[in-house]
Amino acid sequence: MARIGAILLRIGLLGIGLLAGCSDSWNNPYPDTDAHANVLYSAFSERPKHLDPARSYSSNEAEFTGQIYEPPLQYHFLKRPYTLIPLTAEAVPTPHYLDAAGKPLADDAPADAITESVYEIRIRPGIRYQPHPAFARDAAGHYRYHALDAAAVADKRQIGDFTHTGTRELVAADYVYQIKRLANPRLSSPIFGLMSEHIVGLKALGDTLEKVSRAHPDAELNLNDFPLAGAEVVDRYTYRIHIKGKYPQFIYWLAMPFFAPVPWEADAFYAQPGMADNNLTLDWQPVGTGPYYLSENDPNRRMVLTKNPYYHGETYPEDGDAADRQAGLLADAGKPLPFVDKAVFSLEKETIPYWSKFLQGYYDSSGISSDSFDQAVQFSAGGDPRLTDSMREKGIHLVTAVAASIWYVGFNMLDPVVGGQGEDRRKLRQAISIAFDYDEFISIFLNGRGIPAQGPIPPGLFGYVDGVAGLNPYVYEAHGSKIVRRPLEMAKKLLAEAGYPNGRNAKTGEPLVLYFDTMASGPDTKSRLDWMKKQLDKLNVQLVVRGTDYNRFQDKMRKGNAQLFEWGWNADYPDPENFFFLLYGPNKKVATGGENAANYDNPEFNRLFERMKDMDNGPERQQVINAMLEIVRRDAPWIFAYYPKSFGLRHDWVHNVKPNLMANNTLKYRRIDPDLRAARRAEWNRPVLWPILLLVGGVVALIAPAVVAWRRRERTTA
Amino acid sequence: MFAYILRRLLYAIPILVGVNLLTFALFFVVNTPDDMARLQLGAKHVTPEAIERWKVEHGYDKPLLLNTRATGSAQLTDTLFFQRSAAMFAFQFGKGDDGRDIGNEIRARMGPSLAIALPVFVIGLLVNITFALLMVFFRATYLDLWGVVLCVVLMSISGLFYIIAGQYFIAKLWNLLPISGYAGGIHGLKFILLPVLVSVVAGIGSGSRWYRTIFLEEIGKDYVRTARAKGLSEIRVLFRHVLKNGMIPILTGAVVVLPLLFMGSLITESFFGIPGLGSYTIDAIQAQDFSVVRAMVFLGSFLYIVGLILTDISYSWVDPRVRLQ
Repeated sequence: MARIGAILLRIGLLGIGLLAGCSDSWNNPYPDTDAHANVLYSAFSERPKHLDPARSYSSNEAEFTGQIYEPPLQYHFLKRPYTLIPLTAEAVPTPHYLDAAGKPLADDAPADAITESVYEIRIRPGIRYQPHPAFARDAAGHYRYHALDAAAVADKRQIGDFTHTGTRELVAADYVYQIKRLANPRLSSPIFGLMSEHIVGLKALGDTLEKVSRAHPDAELNLNDFPLAGAEVVDRYTYRIHIKGKYPQFIYWLAMPFFAPVPWEADAFYAQPGMADNNLTLDWQPVGTGPYYLSENDPNRRMVLTKNPYYHGETYPEDGDAADRQAGLLADAGKPLPFVDKAVFSLEKETIPYWSKFLQGYYDSSGISSDSFDQAVQFSAGGDPRLTDSMREKGIHLVTAVAASIWYVGFNMLDPVVGGQGEDRRKLRQAISIAFDYDEFISIFLNGRGIPAQGPIPPGLFGYVDGVAGLNPYVYEAHGSKIVRRPLEMAKKLLAEAGYPNGRNAKTGEPLVLYFDTMASGPDTKSRLDWMKKQLDKLNVQLVVRGTDYNRFQDKMRKGNAQLFEWGWNADYPDPENFFFLLYGPNKKVATGGENAANYDNPEFNRLFERMKDMDNGPERQQVINAMLEIVRRDAPWIFAYYPKSFGLRHDWVHNVKPNLMANNTLKYRRIDPDLRAARRAEWNRPVLWPILLLVGGVVALIAPAVVAWRRRERTTA
Repeated sequence: MFAYILRRLLYAIPILVGVNLLTFALFFVVNTPDDMARLQLGAKHVTPEAIERWKVEHGYDKPLLLNTRATGSAQLTDTLFFQRSAAMFAFQFGKGDDGRDIGNEIRARMGPSLAIALPVFVIGLLVNITFALLMVFFRATYLDLWGVVLCVVLMSISGLFYIIAGQYFIAKLWNLLPISGYAGGIHGLKFILLPVLVSVVAGIGSGSRWYRTIFLEEIGKDYVRTARAKGLSEIRVLFRHVLKNGMIPILTGAVVVLPLLFMGSLITESFFGIPGLGSYTIDAIQAQDFSVVRAMVFLGSFLYIVGLILTDISYSWVDPRVRLQ
């Protein structure tokens, strides 16, 4: 028995020794050699689908493409409201307007008179692409890797498998080339449909390319052979984009990766035989001019961004407000970017390991899942969120921001019960809007992470009015400086005026039954749906929930079969047009497949929208917006639910964090203190050895009686 | 035996065609090609033209099973089903809707799946058999009783609990191992230990109970009494005779799952960040990527058939009375 115990103890100690030999912190998932490296550690929960700037449209993809690709413009890191500044461009372009005869018009020409807007963009010389084999040339100046056959590519799995790399200067033609790529039918760019309505000749180019693609399905489409009337190269560093009519919001698209440059060499390189079979495509191996390039691309495990050695250089912004200065966000003003040498993104599908690793210091920042919310955040008596003591002791900081998004419950305006523009229907919708107490919803289901919405425009965008002046008078009322939901009696009164006194049809006496379509799923779905039913119970109105999957829900919406439904919208760009267009009549989902899911169509609202979308920000535009807000609040095609609020955490070794919900290229501003991180990790992750000894002891204690019993039995039988 | 294996492999062809047809039918009952296009193109600014273009580019514009516009054999071959299925019998899986080569993905993910599944299988088998034999050795004693109670308790706990508890205590509270992650080669050892430990412990309850039942059945047979009568020690009886004769039902359960070890474990891989095949299928279902779903179902069916054939072969090895004809 003693011998077995000794053996088990030895095994235990050997295991300890092995682990101790591996690392100072046994639970460190990273190599020890990187302990003091200037590396930022983050995670992704869903692998990106596309990294091609013509195709990528998800925020989880923008986390990578935003650091690699450089469109001509970007959002200022610190300034609010969001402000566009040049990135590769010399300046933010101002459009020039032309009439039908092609003659220039004044800058303040009426939108009706403008046939074409021309954006001339001049990029800065000297910007170079990341090192990439597509640019590699031999001594004679020929491309090394542009005439490969499948055999030569067979053993290449990563870009790093190619020995030689090269670079070249960014030119205006690369931007024009990318705009043409939006029309390439083989790429299925998600914005082709939208952009073909605006960029001159893009639709025609798409049609031509589709015909050629169908006729020669195996041949590569060389986009340089196909002209695009709406995008022209003026000189080596200048290009023009021609937009149909006036479309002031186009400037925001110039800050998205869709309009970033793509070198033709990259397409030529990846089009070679055997490349796609080895996952060597522009969709997975991007080529950009940004501060980082994708040096390791294993979407099943981890993705690594490494500092681009050819980066053109940029400095940390020097203009921020007093709050930025107080928060230490100007400490690095004027210093060269980027600060971090490498960013490692690990695949972390589950929230529990992600959260635990953050607390151990192995991730530099984290969101807060509902499971760990109470552990991280508590609310003061005034309702302000603050970190719990345990978080503060660790030096963790809370970062909050109201997203440029809205969640709403839509009424299908084509529905005979809740839809239509009649006064009774309007009152019915207003009554329901009051009954749905989203203040309570935010408190119960979102842990306070949201702001009750007063209209379609979220905070931070032009047109949003804060405080009592911006309340929705049909749902809320002002009590001094406080905004309070209207009493339920008001809702009941409106319901009676709508023809449903006490929730029953005044003519037939039948109870009012409404149907709510949802694709919600998840552990708290039932309680959320029960809450919704309870809201209408207050009016004695029955709510029937029709749960369905994503596909069927979309189908119902397209056919207009839903009555009430839940939906949300994230801003593409910080302009009220990007929210009001969700209620613009010609965008009705049923008639046109557009984004107006409620199928709302108010001629006066439509007229104001058409006016507002072409206006510059200013008092006059605000006046029009106010008028539009009044119409949609009165008509109530949506229950304006809430603007979500994001809560994030960061360790105190991470600097220069300011939520910027429009910019996706903020990695270059991050600075970390690797030595502090290493010290904290060592402090927080000291291995606890007694459980191993206890386990060994426990096993001995379990085995010992068995061995005794066995020996006794052997002796007995003998 | 060769003729037997060949015959079984030929039988597998109609089974695989049937499985493929069933997968195809079930998938397209739930998802139309339009749904797939919408999911791939995203929720914003998706026009009907964009959907049509996506379908053409990905080959989803063809009829599902019968092309009435075509003539002759093309009515069957120029269809989505045929074009997506025929190549699979040569293990050419094509590309997923995200453009990545499925064959490459499977090859890359098999290693990590095996790195977890194989040690779990081997260690689990050894631990469970040993524990079962110990219970049988101490049958009808308090040790056996408490052993069974322990097994029932272990069986009653959800697999997810073992994972969360293992991560909480071993990785988070005691800081002994990384909570999740993966690396190739020797560096990967520290990532594998915890999932293997958790999976082995999670399987002890059901495995040991199952083997205990088998051994108890064997231990009452005449040859065991004869062995004892010869004066063999109980340990010798158990390990030399009972274990050997109990191998057939053990093999039934063990060998059939051997090929399926490649397919990995969904929950374990997901929680421990193992880039294996386990989560590949469920990710594909969520993304409505039919190409990956059918490839994984096909592979799973094929490996299961291989497992059954291996089981038959192993029968003939361990039991001379069994002959494959």
